[in-house]
Amino acid sequence: MDWPALWLSLQLGALTVAFLLPIAIIFGRWLAVTRIRGRSALEAATALPLVLPPTVLGFYLLVAFGQAGWAGELWRRLFGDSLVFTFEGLLLASLIVNIPFAVQPTQRAFEAIAPELREAAASCGMSWWRMFWRIELPLAWPGILTAMVLTFAHTLGEFGVVLMVGGNIPGETRTIAIAIYDRVQAFDDLGAARMSAVLLLISLVAIALSYGLTQKIGRRHG
Amino acid sequence: MADGRTANGEGLSLRLSQEAPIPIDAALHVAPGEILALVGPSGSGKTTTLRAIAGLNQVTEGSIVCDGDIWFDSAAGVNRPTRDRRVGMVFQSYALFPHLTALQNVMEALGDRPTSARRSEAGTYLARVHLDGLEDRRPATLSGGQQQRVAVARALARRPEVLLLDEPFSAVDRMTRHRLQRELAELRRDLSMPIILVTHDLEEAARLADRIAVIHHGTLLQTDDVTEVMARPKTPAVARLVGIRNIFEGTIDNDRDEAGHVMVAWRDHRLETKIGSGFAAGEPVSWCIPSDSVVIHRRDRPSRGERENPVYGQVAEMVRLGETTELVIQVGPPDAHPLHASIPTHVARRNRIAEGVTIGVSLRADAIQVMRREAGDDAND
Repeated sequence: MDWPALWLSLQLGALTVAFLLPIAIIFGRWLAVTRIRGRSALEAATALPLVLPPTVLGFYLLVAFGQAGWAGELWRRLFGDSLVFTFEGLLLASLIVNIPFAVQPTQRAFEAIAPELREAAASCGMSWWRMFWRIELPLAWPGILTAMVLTFAHTLGEFGVVLMVGGNIPGETRTIAIAIYDRVQAFDDLGAARMSAVLLLISLVAIALSYGLTQKIGRRHG
Repeated sequence: MADGRTANGEGLSLRLSQEAPIPIDAALHVAPGEILALVGPSGSGKTTTLRAIAGLNQVTEGSIVCDGDIWFDSAAGVNRPTRDRRVGMVFQSYALFPHLTALQNVMEALGDRPTSARRSEAGTYLARVHLDGLEDRRPATLSGGQQQRVAVARALARRPEVLLLDEPFSAVDRMTRHRLQRELAELRRDLSMPIILVTHDLEEAARLADRIAVIHHGTLLQTDDVTEVMARPKTPAVARLVGIRNIFEGTIDNDRDEAGHVMVAWRDHRLETKIGSGFAAGEPVSWCIPSDSVVIHRRDRPSRGERENPVYGQVAEMVRLGETTELVIQVGPPDAHPLHASIPTHVARRNRIAEGVTIGVSLRADAIQVMRREAGDDAND
């Protein structure tokens, strides 16, 4: 059992969720209410990581993050470090890969709020912020929660992009999914089975938690 | 009357016009404490007008002034957002916040004051609409009528300068509707702000409103006291919208009666009216009469009233609707538009009225309304 790999995966998942949560809320809500003309194109771009083969996405990220890539160059100027084969690079790739998982359910959740409720809030004299905190966010919360659970679970399981951008450096970029592949390659079936079981368990708990909470909130809203 | 009240700046005055997306041409004044019903068929622009007052949509031109405060003025570029207009709005769907309790829904309209103060005040608003005891219930666990009351309490908690009611009784059953209407009638005695009620239901408008404004294709056709609009529609279009089916075309007769009232030549008849002025001899006009002002002649005992505009015809159709019976009477040639009469069912029975029978009716002169003919009007000759 590769505990450091599991720990790394959990850290990666938690950080991905932490960074994507505000982005998803701001961007998802904006997509839900905006009437600008390029909206469909933006939505399609958001969904791109869903349909792109992970290795293809990983390849482009590798190119962008590398020594000659613009992102890698920028990063080195700012932090004096490389983006490829580092945890930071892995996190950045994870954020990009998970955009559809975080943004889409959040957008749907904001879209599901009846327009009259925003109008009622305005006619109650509520400020924009008050309306957002007291009305929109609580109503969209089940959707946002689902988005975050999906993001977390998907981060734990991501393989192709991680391998392309992060490689397989123990304690730095070797996630649990890579470790399982590594064990299978080494004919350590028992090790692979143990780690797979742990991953399965974590995913089940995450999904159950999300469903349970969503239902509880749903009941509260009646 | 409306213009006179605009001058002192009290109440709500508005003047709105736009071509698209929904054409609007409306000017109104609603006095403090007055209920004005905005009546019209669906798509007539009544909700658009109401939403413009609330600032939920903007029309291209006009102004909205409430108690001297300018809420909207297209010429001056003023357009206050909804949250800065003190409007109490009851939405057709109520638009209650589903995750908040009845009490919390009302509290949200009470501004930024301390929670304890808002809580106790929200409680008094709920008590006013007879919802004490249900403060902690969420909207989904309340009946339609109770939800509507929460919406009313929330609108009042805003301490509005204008109360706007958008078809507030349309989503409940008939029994509940009547009860809620009675409650609103009681509630309004303590309300001192202008109230605008949007409805497509004339009966509802007649029950609740002081004046009604008839709107059609975005244009305000007539704003008047309820009884006045029903009995004296200014145009055939208004007559149709208030449900008058007896609308015909005629000509002003060259002669007047002894009292100087105009007479209308219609088919083979010369109809007496109680209208003294406004029309010239020979002028083509439309005229109408509510179907309950068509009085049938008694078979057994003719009365003096029968000398008033007597008209004879055959009963082409007879439909009993509980206490009233509706008659369709063929007067003149069979292809001519028939006359409609509503009479008490016992009267129909006593006079042995049946389909095919020829009867005499009187068109009450005081109920005949004469109107200028409209271009392209489809009134019947």
